Amino acid sequence: MMLDRRKFVQRLLVDRGDLLVVPGLGSATYDVAAAGDHPLNFYLWGAMGGTAMIALGLALARPDRRVVAIPGDGDMLMGLGSLATIGVKQPKNLVVVVLDNARYGETGMQPSHTDAGVDFERMALASRFRQARTVTRIEEATEVRKLLHAGEGPILINSKIKPEDVPRVLPLRDGHAIKQRFIAALNAA
Amino acid sequence: MHSPADIATSWPEAIYAHFRRIGVRQVGYVPDAGHSRLITLCQNDPQITDVVLTTEEEGVGLVAGAALGGQRAALLMQSSGVGNCVNMFSLLRNCGFGCIALVTMRGEFGEFNPWQVPMGAITEEVLRLCGFLTYRVESADAVDEIVGAGCDMAFNGDLAVAILLSQRLIGRKQWTR
Repeated sequence: MMLDRRKFVQRLLVDRGDLLVVPGLGSATYDVAAAGDHPLNFYLWGAMGGTAMIALGLALARPDRRVVAIPGDGDMLMGLGSLATIGVKQPKNLVVVVLDNARYGETGMQPSHTDAGVDFERMALASRFRQARTVTRIEEATEVRKLLHAGEGPILINSKIKPEDVPRVLPLRDGHAIKQRFIAALNAA
Repeated sequence: MHSPADIATSWPEAIYAHFRRIGVRQVGYVPDAGHSRLITLCQNDPQITDVVLTTEEEGVGLVAGAALGGQRAALLMQSSGVGNCVNMFSLLRNCGFGCIALVTMRGEFGEFNPWQVPMGAITEEVLRLCGFLTYRVESADAVDEIVGAGCDMAFNGDLAVAILLSQRLIGRKQWTR
């Protein structure tokens, strides 16, 4: 069993309250946009490998808020060291949800390292994440959503999604605008 | 007043004083001999969250995330680390995040290790190509003024600013065995 990526992300972000969300470049950004545009999404269109670290800087700056990084597997693989860095800082308010289809979707669906069995769940645990689990069934989305809002971090959710091409949903792309909108919304809250 | 001998050894304190003045709250770094004193000062400051990185590239993301959350962050790195950051620097330019990077130079004055030279020789040029304003510090008595100006530009102007601390300032790396 594997997850429908759009349905899974949509269920994670339903009634999202004041979650701060940092989706990684490519399909993760489209999935988060498809779940409903929100000023507290910091969409990435580049900076591959940096998603979890942006979320860490944000989580450290705002310990009063819940922060969710949503990288794809290629993005997470490029920033594996950030798992160790997060493990050192132990942010209680940070959850990393990897959308793992074991493919590089933007470049033609070439297999990624996870296709050969490289495992984020065990890497996160070995990096001192407080919790890590692999999710394959949509029914688990409700429980994962609870972790986003109330689980003690750092938490990593390794989400096994189907390797399918879904229509692109393109959000705001101007980096300055995305940043300013995010900061304004965060300050207004 | 500090004597010249004091200034020669206390320049990390001058940088730290500017971090305090401008309100730096997060500092990302990879352990470095040239920055060791400054790193210790930041670690001992309860107002500053120090974040040890596996690669300098992570620090660029950290700066962006901190800014989104309303905090100012500084990066400490060696010249070799600049090369590790190149693509990630696009985040600063695309979104207009202010950034202050303190770069200890290797591969120049008195360098004993030729493997440091290729990156050290192009560090300033690479930073400029990536959109940084760069300022070199050659002597300890110039640290306070230049770092102060750099911090103001970075955080009041949302600009990417790099201060290059020359190998002549930080001292030649000594073989310890």
